[in-house]
Amino acid sequence: MDDLELFAAALGETAAMVGVSGLLSLSFGLPLGLLLVITETKGIWPLAAVNRVLAALINAFRSIPFIILLVALIPLTRLIVGTTIGTTAAIVPLTIAATPYYARIAEMSLREVDPGLIEALRALGASRWQIVREALVPEALPGLVSGFTVTLVTLIGASAMAGAVGAGGLGDLAIRYGYQRFETRIMIGVIVVLIAIVSAVQVAGDSIARRLDRR
Amino acid sequence: MIDAAPNPSAAIVRLQSVSRTFGAVAALDRVDLEVERGEIFGIIGRSGAGKSTLIRTINALERIDAGRVIVDGRDLKSLDEAALNGMRRNIGMIFQHFNLLSMKTVFENVELPLKLAGEPRAARAAAVWRLLDLVGLRDKAAIYPAKLSGGQKQRVGIARALASQPALLLSDEATSALDPETTLSILRLLKDLQGTLGVTIVLITHEMSVIREICDRVAVLDHGRIVEQGPVWEVFARPRTELTRRLLRTVRPPLPEPLQRSLRPDPPAAGRTLLRVGSSSLDQYSAVLAPLADPRWQAQIVHAEVDRIQAHSIGTVTFSVRYRGADAQSALLTVLQGHRAEVEVLGYVDG
Repeated sequence: MDDLELFAAALGETAAMVGVSGLLSLSFGLPLGLLLVITETKGIWPLAAVNRVLAALINAFRSIPFIILLVALIPLTRLIVGTTIGTTAAIVPLTIAATPYYARIAEMSLREVDPGLIEALRALGASRWQIVREALVPEALPGLVSGFTVTLVTLIGASAMAGAVGAGGLGDLAIRYGYQRFETRIMIGVIVVLIAIVSAVQVAGDSIARRLDRR
Repeated sequence: MIDAAPNPSAAIVRLQSVSRTFGAVAALDRVDLEVERGEIFGIIGRSGAGKSTLIRTINALERIDAGRVIVDGRDLKSLDEAALNGMRRNIGMIFQHFNLLSMKTVFENVELPLKLAGEPRAARAAAVWRLLDLVGLRDKAAIYPAKLSGGQKQRVGIARALASQPALLLSDEATSALDPETTLSILRLLKDLQGTLGVTIVLITHEMSVIREICDRVAVLDHGRIVEQGPVWEVFARPRTELTRRLLRTVRPPLPEPLQRSLRPDPPAAGRTLLRVGSSSLDQYSAVLAPLADPRWQAQIVHAEVDRIQAHSIGTVTFSVRYRGADAQSALLTVLQGHRAEVEVLGYVDG
């Protein structure tokens, strides 16, 4: 394999890991963040017990370093995807690490929505679900998009560690070729590609968030 | 239209001994209130008087600790959540800070109540255009609220509040964030809407000028209690509490500047008393003047005005009279009050 093919394959694996675990953590993290906001005492669906348990769980998962999570979750990974090595296997720990991360970011954006808007919706006779759909989520959208961008960037970094379970990707390429085989050219190449990807994701995310913002 | 017969069921809003406490503070203390169908009812008070809490009990945004809130004949406490939401759709509300959704256009903001109620899209559009015409913002339909002026935002707020054709509109300091000119145009709009749509309006404000401009009746709230209420002209002509008098000062022309400066709170050894005498019936003013004609008082008129409120002429004359001791003065006040005049001692001047 020449270098270009190596890079193309690694890039594809990173994109798959980050893309799939990113979408999964968005679809699990956003509802969790929403739940955190609406179940607090002054929320639109006050459920103190649920709120406390949820917050504790999210904190617990967020305090485990990713490299430990990666190893600790091996049995769960086998259960879910049937294998413990490779790109698919890495998606499980990546998703489980990024979901609470995004839940907290989503929570912060949702909390910034003007309480006056929630009150206006209540005064209009909106149900809880209608308040979430018409006010809470749309008003927080720019923040939710920015937060998702940050999550993707974090996932790109974390996916490099997933090389430890043979997940492949750019991080794996840098370790095996750049570090273990002393191929400095590859190492530098990986760093340049990573910088390019992260910048592209950040610029795209910022631009979408800005275009969405009507305030 | 319900007829104007004076029976209790004509009231669209009835509060019976409503109380609400926050910790040890009574935000509302056994408030009784009746709002008649079709009128504009104003609630005035200083900040912290409980106005916001009071208006929020009417659509149950604020829960109450005791008492009953009855809207359109239904006790809000008896309603479950779905019924309460249905009820709220029949009560519009506008806010000091407009509370428009920033991510929706003007059109979408006005459309929202209809969408929440599950109206089909086509019917919604027709209604939204009609409402935008009503508030004069048809050309702003596609714009986002951030691009609007304060007055325009409140017009959108009003259009949104009226979208579900409510019988009742609650206004929470709706003009407090607006400049005087815009305030006036919003108040005129509300008055017009009351006339054309027959909607009942309950508003809270800390400005007497708002009450004077559009309200039919007013209640004065102080520390969670209603200390005074009645037709606006009557409260203006004969305020019964010191708080009301103080609130009224903001809408009455002040005394001439030199007189203001020389005014002092205590009677001097040799000096004169400034008395403000108000009356709602000018033809009775001669009766008021008679006791003052006594030469012992050496009465002089220093300031006079006639104000028209709700087709009532309210005369206010400020006299300067010789101060002849506390007893003589209180005897004079008693005589004047006997003629249904509103008498206020403004202070004392030398001379």
